[in-house]
Amino acid sequence: MLEIGPIFRALMRNKVGAILIAIQIAITMTIIVNAVFIIYERSQKMQRESGIDEANSFYLSSAGFAESFNAKVSIKEDLAALRQLPGVANAIQINAIPISGGGWSMGLQTQAGAEYDGVGVAVYMVDEHGVDTLDLEIIAGENFSPSDIGWRETAQRLWPDKIIITKSMAEALFPDDPFETAVGKTVFINDTEPMVITGIIDKLQAPWVGWDRVENAMLSPENLNYESTRYFIRAEPGQRDSVMKNVEEFLAESNTGRIIRSMRSIEETRERSYRGDSAMIKILTTVMIILTVVTALGIVGLASFSVNRRKKQIGTRRALGASQGAILRYFMLENFLISSVGVFLGAALTVGLNVLLVNQFDLDPIDWFYIPIGMVILWIVGQLAVFGPAKKAANIAPAIATRTV
Amino acid sequence: MFSYYLRLAFKSIRRNPILSALMVAAIALGIGSSMTTITVNYLMSANPIPEKSDVLYHVQVDSWDPHNAFNDDDIPNQLTWTEATNLMAANKAMRQTAMAKTGGIIEPSDQDVKPFEASARLAFGDFFSMFNVPFLFGSSWDAEADQNRSQVIVLTKRINEQVFGGVNSVGETLSMFGTNFRVVGVLDDWQPMPKFYDVNNGAFDESEEVFIPFFLKEELELPNWGNTNCWKSPEGEGFKAFLRSECINFQMWVELPTQNDKAEYLDFLNSYVSEQKDLGRFPRPIQNRLSNVMEWMEDQEVVADDAQIMLWLSLMFLLVCLLNTIGLLLAKFTGKAAEIGLRRAVGASKGDLFFQHLVETALIGLLGGVFGLLLALVGLEGIKSLYGEFVRDLAALDFTMVLVGLVLALVSSIAAGLYPTWRACNIAPASQLKSQ
Repeated sequence: MLEIGPIFRALMRNKVGAILIAIQIAITMTIIVNAVFIIYERSQKMQRESGIDEANSFYLSSAGFAESFNAKVSIKEDLAALRQLPGVANAIQINAIPISGGGWSMGLQTQAGAEYDGVGVAVYMVDEHGVDTLDLEIIAGENFSPSDIGWRETAQRLWPDKIIITKSMAEALFPDDPFETAVGKTVFINDTEPMVITGIIDKLQAPWVGWDRVENAMLSPENLNYESTRYFIRAEPGQRDSVMKNVEEFLAESNTGRIIRSMRSIEETRERSYRGDSAMIKILTTVMIILTVVTALGIVGLASFSVNRRKKQIGTRRALGASQGAILRYFMLENFLISSVGVFLGAALTVGLNVLLVNQFDLDPIDWFYIPIGMVILWIVGQLAVFGPAKKAANIAPAIATRTV
Repeated sequence: MFSYYLRLAFKSIRRNPILSALMVAAIALGIGSSMTTITVNYLMSANPIPEKSDVLYHVQVDSWDPHNAFNDDDIPNQLTWTEATNLMAANKAMRQTAMAKTGGIIEPSDQDVKPFEASARLAFGDFFSMFNVPFLFGSSWDAEADQNRSQVIVLTKRINEQVFGGVNSVGETLSMFGTNFRVVGVLDDWQPMPKFYDVNNGAFDESEEVFIPFFLKEELELPNWGNTNCWKSPEGEGFKAFLRSECINFQMWVELPTQNDKAEYLDFLNSYVSEQKDLGRFPRPIQNRLSNVMEWMEDQEVVADDAQIMLWLSLMFLLVCLLNTIGLLLAKFTGKAAEIGLRRAVGASKGDLFFQHLVETALIGLLGGVFGLLLALVGLEGIKSLYGEFVRDLAALDFTMVLVGLVLALVSSIAAGLYPTWRACNIAPASQLKSQ
């Protein structure tokens, strides 16, 4: 540790190079730590489960156009036939697809009246097969019975009198009670229309993955009397791809007064919905790697340069009895001093950039422990980068001192 | 003199190939990453209609819930059917169009072409002249067709090719929504970026495939595509009740050539809302807004947050690369101290040396810039493969961007070279010559 004095004085004689490296380290740390934090948040978001059987499910649209097309008849026939198809576990008509990006939201409130605030909820209109097809679990209350299911007309205002909600929705509506007690309670839709909660499901995400209440969802016991509609199908494990082909062919042939389109697996839907997040992760990872390499190369470059310039002094020191280890230690310690300035400056800049991102783009504030971890990593990067040139310096022969001046 | 310095610069670069390559690589990486993100941001924030963006205004009125603002403190981004039709009937602007998105199935008369679904824009005839939409055949429908709810249709080039094989189809009949339309026009290629007139379903969505008169919404009971938001449920059942509800699904644009026109239109909006208040509607304080194209793009935050975050990070990246370059240049020029000393001793002025080394830095910068642009091309390809085809038009280098890239590389490398050059020129010749 005694060497710190001379190293520091030597550094002060060549400030610019050291300052450059320190600033580089500081900015590199700022970018890397913020990027890692963003990557972590995005991957957390991507790992959330939608609650449905993603691996085996898919959906498609059916749009009737022929004069003779009868939506009610077609939907009944289609569902009955789909449920009989080999490889199909179950099938339903549904108004919106979880995590797909497009859907229907309403507000539910515990007291009637326009003056009370509602809790936002994603609405899925399904029949009694909904719970099984979506692969949900009823954790309190019960499923819809066939007699609960009604037909919804286009632009219909009224709602059914029963609903099933997710556990998260129950907790959002009744924050003070255990979720099971929500069964049997009445909530209001459209300010004043009462609905009784008859069941609670474990988990089902809304269509909008960026929504902060993505776990708030409800099932409404309805089939839709719409000419353009969607079917959601769950295949037996491992048979999805062959079932998808069969279903498309079967539906297209069974009724030529409509077109079948936008067939898509839930896996692909997930990939599309999170494409922006996964792209951001990949881009930031690339940036981080390149940036670390650039900074490390900068350290190597400047350290090599300073070793070259001090060849004679190093030779002299060696001739005067300094061991190879002492020379190595000198350069490592020098880098450590520079890095220390850099990482402390970097810690301040990291927080600064994060505050900016929080204010400007609604990012979350960074967790404190990212900063010390970032500091340690940059210290290590610096030490690794300087090791090569330092080793070279240690290998300088003492005899060099005896040549020229 | 310049060409001599250029030769010297080439020599100097060749003398230290590794150091020079490091510098060029550092600048290239910085320029490459920042040009990639600058290009994406530049295209996202482009003015989609520069010749008219100052005279086209998006109309907003606050028809929302008395208890809650539409969105934080903001007013609704769309209009109700009632407002859209009332404001159109008032006809207070030079040109105006209410609009909405819908869609349905086209059944081509040619049996070989399968029926398919197409998106449609409900608009008034002014739409095409307001937004300078180019026609390949025919023209827009007239105001009479708007009022008479005529079943006329304007097709995009692509649909015309799909259904009519690309020939002039004006006057032909097209079956859509289960009824017949008369084709009055076919558009030439038209894809405003961003799709400023309706950013609801993604600011970089494709334009609709066909255009039909607005009132056909009511006449044919066409479905709502695009976003629908309601704060109050419709009074009564059925399509008509839903249309007359407080749900918002419509956009409106007006063309107001002067600031005076704009002020008058705002006055009109305020008096309109006051009238509606007397009828028991508009329970919130009066708050109306006219935003021109670029104001509206900013209000709707068309440039994605992620793109901006990446822009900031990549500019910081460029800064790191430049700091690196400064350090490497310092090293390089210090190594040339003896040569500089000699040149000073034989009569070169400080200015000469300064210029000579600036030429050298500029050369390195230019090389870095060229490689950086190549890297940017790679980066943009990467963005395309990561985000999918729909960003195709957002990830292309144009001439402006190539120029920006080269200038950025030159300016930043020269800026990085200033200090090392200045230090190199201030070497006292005597001290260097002594040690030889």
